[in-house]
Amino acid sequence: MVILHKPLKLIIAILIAFLPTFGFSNTPIDAAQSTTETAVVTNKTEAKPTDEKLEVKAKILEVIGHHVLDGHDFSLFEYEGEHVGFSLPIILWDNGVHFFSSSKFNHGESVAESNGNFYVLHHEKIYKTDASGTLTGEEHHPTNLQPVDLSITKGVLTIMIVALLMFFLFTSLAKSYAKNGGISSGFGRLFEPIVIYIRDEIAIPNIGEKNYKKYMSYLLTIFFFVWFLNIFGLTPLGINVTGNIAITFGLAVITFVITNLTANKNYWGHIFWMPGVPLPMKIILAPIELLGVIIKPFSLMIRLYANIFAGHIVLMSLIGLMFIFKSWLGSSLSFMLSFAISTIEILVALLQAYIFTMLSALYFGSAVEEHHHEEAH
Amino acid sequence: MEIPKIVGAGLVVIGAGIGIGRIGGSAMDAIARQPEATGKIQTAMLIAAALIEGIGFAALFAVN
Repeated sequence: MVILHKPLKLIIAILIAFLPTFGFSNTPIDAAQSTTETAVVTNKTEAKPTDEKLEVKAKILEVIGHHVLDGHDFSLFEYEGEHVGFSLPIILWDNGVHFFSSSKFNHGESVAESNGNFYVLHHEKIYKTDASGTLTGEEHHPTNLQPVDLSITKGVLTIMIVALLMFFLFTSLAKSYAKNGGISSGFGRLFEPIVIYIRDEIAIPNIGEKNYKKYMSYLLTIFFFVWFLNIFGLTPLGINVTGNIAITFGLAVITFVITNLTANKNYWGHIFWMPGVPLPMKIILAPIELLGVIIKPFSLMIRLYANIFAGHIVLMSLIGLMFIFKSWLGSSLSFMLSFAISTIEILVALLQAYIFTMLSALYFGSAVEEHHHEEAH
Repeated sequence: MEIPKIVGAGLVVIGAGIGIGRIGGSAMDAIARQPEATGKIQTAMLIAAALIEGIGFAALFAVN
């Protein structure tokens, strides 16, 4: 039981290891490397933790990073030093299209050459270099030029797979109604009550009987897209799409665009010139409401991103805790705790999809609201 | 990670915890009064909890 000699130091070290949790999508690896280095320095001056403990922690951080960050190749796991997985196409635009396989990068070790330009992969970002792969600038922030990166990464591939899955699932469900006389058959029967629920409990109460049909396709798509991607993120394959702020930004932008493009005069009236309040209040409310137009989709983005990303980090840190406690009691307790947390994460996957859909429906409803006559006091 | 950041993050979590706890408590009371409305109350409780959690996460995100 080496660990229990200095429990406070262990807790502080784990808290420092949690630092990458709330960083931006692609820089946690840099933060993690530097914090494990500072942890080594401060610990050596005071106590004497074993080197293998810090090595285990560094290895855990690397695994977490691989699971949670987007990657240019799909590596499933490492077996005796060999990466098992497949490489994905890299598509760059740098005065001309460059198209090659990510195996040329050899997991970041070699320099890839394409049409006379040399590229190197550093912390999952592609930089343009010369033939020997020099990176100018500081250690973790190279100042080389970066080409426009349009590659099919892990996340993009997952989105395509989920899109195909949803397409085949729902078209076969729709066709089964015709073949079976108005009743669905097959595995897709599971989704009929869910679709009815979205229509009756999310779309109609929020948007109203008159206009809900216009928005149903988007609401259904968003619900199943987010739900399936969240569930995919819980598998050990290391695909984390909704925990990537760029993806949730895209979804929130689509909600924002739909809300504002299909809004009627009442919506804009309520923002700029709120009816029914005295004139000084109208002038004060206008900038606040305008800010609200931006903040509401922004909160959609942050809510989904933070819930899913933090859930993944916590879950994998707990699994990593199993390897830090090399004892029967500690490891089995961590295992049971991580099992409980993954059950909660399955609930969170559905709940976040539901919340995103419901709030989108709420915003659409406020965009197409009819004018209510003021009631007499 | 500086001390004010840690303290700030802790306060945010306390706030979110208290908020969601109160909602849960009111939901329990409401279900005890009217067990047949359990479905609606649960739905409303989860929505409110998710919104409060959204603020909590946004604050944690801003702290870091």
